[in-house]
Amino acid sequence: MRVIYTDNNATSKVAGEVIDEMMPYFGELYGNPSSMHTFGDEVGKKIKQARQRVADLINADPEEIVFTSCGTESDNAAINAAIKAFPQKKHLITSTVEHPAIKNLFSHLEKTQGYTVTFVPVDKKGRLNTDLLYESMSENTAIISLMWANNETGVIFPIEQVVQRANERGILFHTDAVQATGKIDIDVKKVGVDMLSFSGHKIHAPKGIGVLYVKKGFKFTPYLIGGHQEGGRRGGTENTAFIIGLGKACEIAKQNLGIMNTRVRELRDYLQSQLLEKIPSTSVNGVLDDRLPNTLSIGFDAVEGESILLLLDRDGICASSGSACTSGSLDPSHVLMAMEVPFKSAHGTIRFSLSHYNTKDEMDLIVKNMVPTIEKLRAMSPFWKDGKVV
Amino acid sequence: MWDYTDKVKDHFLHPRNVGELEGANAIGETGSLNCGDALKLYLRVNKNERIVDATFMTFGCASAVASSSALTEIIKGMTLDDAAKLTNDDISDYLGGLPKAKMHCSVMGQSALKKAIANFRGVQILAKPGQIVCECFDVTDLEIIDAVKANGLETTDDVTDYLKAGGGCGQCLERIEEVIASAKAKG
Repeated sequence: MRVIYTDNNATSKVAGEVIDEMMPYFGELYGNPSSMHTFGDEVGKKIKQARQRVADLINADPEEIVFTSCGTESDNAAINAAIKAFPQKKHLITSTVEHPAIKNLFSHLEKTQGYTVTFVPVDKKGRLNTDLLYESMSENTAIISLMWANNETGVIFPIEQVVQRANERGILFHTDAVQATGKIDIDVKKVGVDMLSFSGHKIHAPKGIGVLYVKKGFKFTPYLIGGHQEGGRRGGTENTAFIIGLGKACEIAKQNLGIMNTRVRELRDYLQSQLLEKIPSTSVNGVLDDRLPNTLSIGFDAVEGESILLLLDRDGICASSGSACTSGSLDPSHVLMAMEVPFKSAHGTIRFSLSHYNTKDEMDLIVKNMVPTIEKLRAMSPFWKDGKVV
Repeated sequence: MWDYTDKVKDHFLHPRNVGELEGANAIGETGSLNCGDALKLYLRVNKNERIVDATFMTFGCASAVASSSALTEIIKGMTLDDAAKLTNDDISDYLGGLPKAKMHCSVMGQSALKKAIANFRGVQILAKPGQIVCECFDVTDLEIIDAVKANGLETTDDVTDYLKAGGGCGQCLERIEEVIASAKAKG
């Protein structure tokens, strides 16, 4: 069956060029980049090139790049370094809509390590309440960690503005840029973040490789203590093939930023307008403008997300839902709840997240499936009668 | 992806007996839009108290739809006395089993059926007996005790799978643990 893949915020297709770049390093080029022989050094040179390519994507210096195993490790390493740098400061700031990698880590620190955490709320459109954020900053704040863009709604936080205020107060700033990287322009020099996390598998590299950017001058304590690798910031022999693959993926992502913000954005907007036009009682979650170009979080009143996903799946369409029934938890996503999205549409929210591999033809096929899918589910919903929610 | 049986998939993709039922003389409703699933069950019961027809309207996930569809198929032709003995396991068994985290869908079917029977017999279901433990999903201590005893539940996760209790904000999890302990102590 043909697969229509619109779940790129979950994970993305590994680009063919990335696979080609990686393959030799699984096979004949198996050397250790730290070795004192030409055979190992050949891999070392390739890693150096990859580090440069990764740095170029976010306008960092190559020595500011630390390779990790995933976005979650990058987040954990960043927060660990912050609390080690300021052991006397016992206050942390984040938002209510973070990915579990930060949300659960902060809750864990709150429960077990005596930290106080301010979870800054968002408004109904998913925008950060910056007034409350600024009010909560104090001498005692060890770090502020905010996602650059939200994985469910695509809403972009005003990172540059917040970093400026954090810098004025001398507070460390980390951003989880897992969803933003490769979708919007990221310039760490211009924005001035202290640390930034992102992950390979969201930008067409394989799963199992992540990045932590650490600004020059910050006294970083490693999370994974071991050898001298990564400039002493992360022990463990380099995951050579994956690092090299990520380098290629970053190079391509930089080239594709334009396409992402033109063609992909147009496809997303087309899908959005078609669904809104053809299906009544439908609403988009989050602001329309300050939003990732590839993401559409859209709620259909009086139906439930898992049912929609399974009917989409019959046509090979991959998306995800903000619904409880797909997550193991029974409440709709914490992001939609934090935005006070009404239950009637939160349970029926679907996230379509596109990539440059998608086509207009695919958007038409999604719409062609969605119209009868929602009709069918509404026909059996006790909360839908005569064309409206009851 | 949930591990659904072919029968669950079939009843989800091709649900039987969907819609309002003309001439229904017993209706049972359970769940809500906020909870994420809800079932409205319609029965036509003849003068011998036999269910001659049954339909449903369901809002919820695939297993909620399948459980509702299965329920209507099971109870058609039954007397109310027999139907009153139906358990959530009967619904789950009919479907070849449900994933554990989805057992509450079959409990929802049983609950709607009970309410429909009470509705037919003119029994007013007043406020639920017992004390509310889970505010999110409106579940009482007595309901938890019943489910623990009937299904041999052991942990708070088990209770959440069957009754949803504790699956929302999670504030009642400690209380649920106490109720499980007291249910087991009483045997």
